[in-house]
Amino acid sequence: MKISDAFKNKKAFIAFITCGDPDIETTEKLIEAMAGSGVDLIELGIPFSDPTAEGPVIQGANLRALSGGVTTDKIFDMVQRVRGKVNIPIVFMTYANVVFSYGTERFCKKAQESGINGLILPDIPFEEKGEFWEGCKKYGLEFISLIAPTSHDRIKMIAKEAEGFVYCVSSLGVTGVRSEITADVDGMVEAVRSVTDVPVAVGFGISSPKQAAAMAEKSDGVIIGSAIVKIIEKYGRDAVPHVKEFAESIRYALKTL
Amino acid sequence: MSKGRFGIHGGQYIPETLMNAVIELEEAYNFYKNDEQFNKELTALFNDYAGRPSRLYFAKKMTENLGGAKIYLKREDLNHTGAHKINNVLGQVLLAKKMGKTRVIAETGAGQHGVATATAAALMGMECEVFMGEEDTVRQALNVYKMRLLGAKVHPVTSGTRTLKDAVSETMREWTRRIDDTHYVLGSVMGPHPFPTIVRDFQSVISKEIKAQLLEAEGKLPDAVLACVGGGSNAIGAFYHFIDEPSVELIGCEAAGRGVDTAETAATLATGKPGIFHGMKSYFCQDEYGQIAPVYSISAGLDYPGVGPEHAALYDSGRAKYVAVTDDEAVDAFEYLSKTEGIIPAIESAHAIAHAMKIAPEMANDKIIVVNISGRGDKDCAAIARYRGEDISE
Repeated sequence: MKISDAFKNKKAFIAFITCGDPDIETTEKLIEAMAGSGVDLIELGIPFSDPTAEGPVIQGANLRALSGGVTTDKIFDMVQRVRGKVNIPIVFMTYANVVFSYGTERFCKKAQESGINGLILPDIPFEEKGEFWEGCKKYGLEFISLIAPTSHDRIKMIAKEAEGFVYCVSSLGVTGVRSEITADVDGMVEAVRSVTDVPVAVGFGISSPKQAAAMAEKSDGVIIGSAIVKIIEKYGRDAVPHVKEFAESIRYALKTL
Repeated sequence: MSKGRFGIHGGQYIPETLMNAVIELEEAYNFYKNDEQFNKELTALFNDYAGRPSRLYFAKKMTENLGGAKIYLKREDLNHTGAHKINNVLGQVLLAKKMGKTRVIAETGAGQHGVATATAAALMGMECEVFMGEEDTVRQALNVYKMRLLGAKVHPVTSGTRTLKDAVSETMREWTRRIDDTHYVLGSVMGPHPFPTIVRDFQSVISKEIKAQLLEAEGKLPDAVLACVGGGSNAIGAFYHFIDEPSVELIGCEAAGRGVDTAETAATLATGKPGIFHGMKSYFCQDEYGQIAPVYSISAGLDYPGVGPEHAALYDSGRAKYVAVTDDEAVDAFEYLSKTEGIIPAIESAHAIAHAMKIAPEMANDKIIVVNISGRGDKDCAAIARYRGEDISE
């Protein structure tokens, strides 16, 4: 199984949730439910005490998860359990210190053993990726690169070395639901495609089926986080059917593209 | 490929969204730091506006009372706005203005950096917004009022532990939201490159002056320089021109809070381990899974779970030594300096005074200690009174 499987013959729907929000059992059920609702790739957040790239919604999820007692080791165990039941690619999204303090190599090895396919670290830019990229490479994980509306001439440099997919941050600021996406996504996608065949997925601010369809039309897929986390915030342990319903609505919106 | 290293520490661990902003800042700084006009303007601001050079005062009574090394106090508390913070702020806001920015944002802990930023913004006609942990807005209500008086908007930060680290996180988030017209005036020698270098350079005026002033007064270099360390900007400023003088012992005084063997401490080098946070690789107080620990100190300015990367490197190499000073010791020193010399130090600076009180009696009387009084203590009087069980209204 590879990350590129998520983009085969379709627009990819990438869903983000924070592990352990509200507890690890619910996370496990959510992964299964999302994989069965047309989600093509799951981005699992390992909570961090101080998530500087997140808006209030995902900050809240991080806090709930940590106060519920989830740890990196408990997350590895959960992923290993769910891996046998789910056959879409799964990547971790967390902050550099979670990986670094665990020991980058040890982290990557455990991630591989649990069945993880890639790693996203929003506080690691191109210039600092070396030590993390090496750990990933050694254990067969793909290290996902991000580009932002402020990246301009950096996009080609970043995209040339991209693997898995290019995460196109479609808005300034932090994660969170937005009514309007103003960045020049077309221009960003075009810059990526001029140097690589690695697919581009658009995230940050996408919450409705309509927005998802519009962004997927411009790219190879969409990443939805805060909108799903909001549902989990609202329904807690009973969130599974609600997340499933939302995921199906996104999948349907992407179907015709 | 990565820039701004101090040993293994430093770097640029920030979201891609901010990369071009720090690259632009680095290019501008590299240009202006050697620009004659810029340096002329900055020196004029330092001297005519902030009141530099600050005095190096021989603390005769303290020296006699402790009965050992001669003690000199570097009076950064006498600067305009009452602390060393103004040195960095005048430099950064002038630089931001040259870069065409019209708005500055800043984090603040004790409020000194926020007040200094609001001051420089008022002076240079910039819009200013300051992020301050909600808990600190209560601890330092007077400084909140000052910032507003100076025309700044103050945002109480309600995320996380509602203290300095959360204020830094929130200011970083704000910077990713609005970059084009905005400069982030980082208040300490921390964060992503080039901030640790820029802030150190602007603060290094402290050690440059100490060196010249002490050579004039005593004809020699000090035997030890002491300064408190939170992020570490006053300390690196006081150390910098002595780093290549091996005879000068450099001692950073961290906040032990209720003690380094308790959970209520902010002594990063005593209790932390290497990590990556707030844009830099350095030492951080954290748990076994890398979750940043909630730290505690009576001093809002030292209440930070990390330390600047240059200090981390000085610690690794052994060139500087770092000690931990408890709340109790700092409060004693706060009262001691007030009564002995008639100087009310900031509770942050009192941590360095406390250590000087420990080591001076052990040293011969031809030895010289310089203690950096990074700020004045007016802002702390109400809190210290409360600590002593006395409730005064400001």
